[in-house]
Amino acid sequence: MKIPACRLADLPRGEAFRLDIDPPVSVFHTDDGELFAIDDTCTHQDASLADGWLEGCEVECPLHASKFDLRTGAVDAPPAKLPVRTHEVVVEDGMIHVRVSTDAPNLPPCVASRLAGGSA
Amino acid sequence: MRTVAVVGASLAGLSAARSLRKQGYDGRLVVIGDELHRPYDRPPLSKEFLAGTLGEADLALEAHDEDLGAEWLLGTRATGLDRTDRAVRLADGREVRVDGLVIATGAAARRLPGADGLAGVHVLRTLDDARALRDELARGGRLVVIGGGFIGAEVASTAYALGLDVTVVEVAPTPLAGPLGATMGGIVSGLHADHGVRLLCGVGVKGLSGERYVDAVLLEDGRSIPADIVVVGVGARPCVEWLEGSGVELDNGVKCGADGRTGLAGVVAVGDCANWYDPRAGAHRRVEHWTGARERPDAAVATLLAGGAVAPGVPRPPYFWSDQYGVRIQFAGHAAGADSVTVEEGAVDDRNVLAVYRRAGDPVAVLGMNQPRLFTRWRKQLAAATS
Ligand SMILES: Cc1cc2nc3c(=O)[nH]c(=O)nc-3n(C[C@H](O)[C@H](O)[C@H](O)COP(=O)(O)OP(=O)(O)OC[C@H]3O[C@@H](n4cnc5c(N)ncnc54)[C@H](O)[C@@H]3O)c2cc1C
Ligand code: FES
Repeated sequence: MKIPACRLADLPRGEAFRLDIDPPVSVFHTDDGELFAIDDTCTHQDASLADGWLEGCEVECPLHASKFDLRTGAVDAPPAKLPVRTHEVVVEDGMIHVRVSTDAPNLPPCVASRLAGGSA
Repeated sequence: MRTVAVVGASLAGLSAARSLRKQGYDGRLVVIGDELHRPYDRPPLSKEFLAGTLGEADLALEAHDEDLGAEWLLGTRATGLDRTDRAVRLADGREVRVDGLVIATGAAARRLPGADGLAGVHVLRTLDDARALRDELARGGRLVVIGGGFIGAEVASTAYALGLDVTVVEVAPTPLAGPLGATMGGIVSGLHADHGVRLLCGVGVKGLSGERYVDAVLLEDGRSIPADIVVVGVGARPCVEWLEGSGVELDNGVKCGADGRTGLAGVVAVGDCANWYDPRAGAHRRVEHWTGARERPDAAVATLLAGGAVAPGVPRPPYFWSDQYGVRIQFAGHAAGADSVTVEEGAVDDRNVLAVYRRAGDPVAVLGMNQPRLFTRWRKQLAAATS
């Protein structure tokens, strides 16, 4: 599934764009001009990584400071223990698209149970 | 270095052990902790764990397959440090000879004098404390929290959500005025009243009453507040008695340089027990927050492995969070010394605020209530401005 996110021109370096799909995905434009997409929800608790601290190819969760590698989704240290999913980014005609991964997301327990409850 | 011991097997100790391996130390690593549990996370103890929405397995700080190649001596207390033999003495009579030492013994909850032995009275610092309190809260009743600081406020919020009748007693005129300043302390502690939790300020506690079981909290103004459960949340003291006479300088915890070094070669201290020099504040500061215990061991370990030869970097401004009544509270920097606080975004009445503290016009601290995005921006700015 390839989903349009926003125009490349509208996403300055150092900024993130959150795509409100379920679960949400965020596109990061690094200071070096690279684009990455990962699941927006931290794997520890319900925090939006688009609100986090972007530095190089890493984003630090805005709440408890676990850092995720945008390239691999890997997490560096607690409190989060699981990686986030990464997604492919495609730019066509100046438009950023995300090809959403088909892997299962690693959502934090509170969010996973809410989603499960919501669909029941 | 052939043997490094880490004393204290919680967040700061585990982070130090990890940093040692990450920074290439491949010698013998001994981790000593007086609790029987593997390292676990404390913040949920006053929140999700107490509420019953997170279990014990969720508290683990180690990854499932993590192996640091360390010897874990758990359930054993360090009782002394012999500087001539360079040995850590343990309560069970054993000794561990060390070349390097990381002190990470944290802090212990302060108790109320004379309250010991009365059932229904709790403190909250360890997993065992939290288990006991959780079981008791499950029975319901009237809870009195002594102390309106962050832990007390979180317990009040969690207990309120569980349906208990809650009263908070705070000796200061405004709770949280120390960390947040009076204005913002008042706004954050307004969350209690918003939810119908009674907050009694400016009055001290004289004692507790009850035979075997506590039945009331007695206030200095003569009032008696009926209670089935009492939580004493009056702060923590650094666990450093075991270092007395060792040559490690003690002053509100272990007195350290800006990178955790102590006056003894090969000895560093990290986490809640450590009183680091803060170059931003120009003073020593003992920071009792999660993020410091997690991050500062990197610098302390670098210092230890380099034999003190590396120049200390400037750590990021202290940061902490608190979750109360569904509101996410975040704070970074030092409120003390600010001469103004302005609300830059949101509204005080909605408890949805981004406030910036300034001294002579320069930002020195920032507070967010449910404002993670803006808070992160300000936190970043604060770190850049003062590094
Ligand atoms: C209930 C609760 C909620 C919290 N919530 C938040 C929050 O929301 N946000 C935030 O920023 N911070 C929070 N904190 C603070 C945070 O948990 C601490 O800053 C952090 O745990 C400090 O880690 P530490 O490893 O330095 O010390 P500790 O976690 O105190 O660990 C020290 C360890 O050393 C052991 N020890 C002590 N003496 C000896 C000895 N002589 N020999 C061997 N072992 C010894 C202790 O038993 C303990 O296991 C909270 C703390 C508590 C208790
Ligand atoms: S919510 Fe991301 S680290 Fe806790």
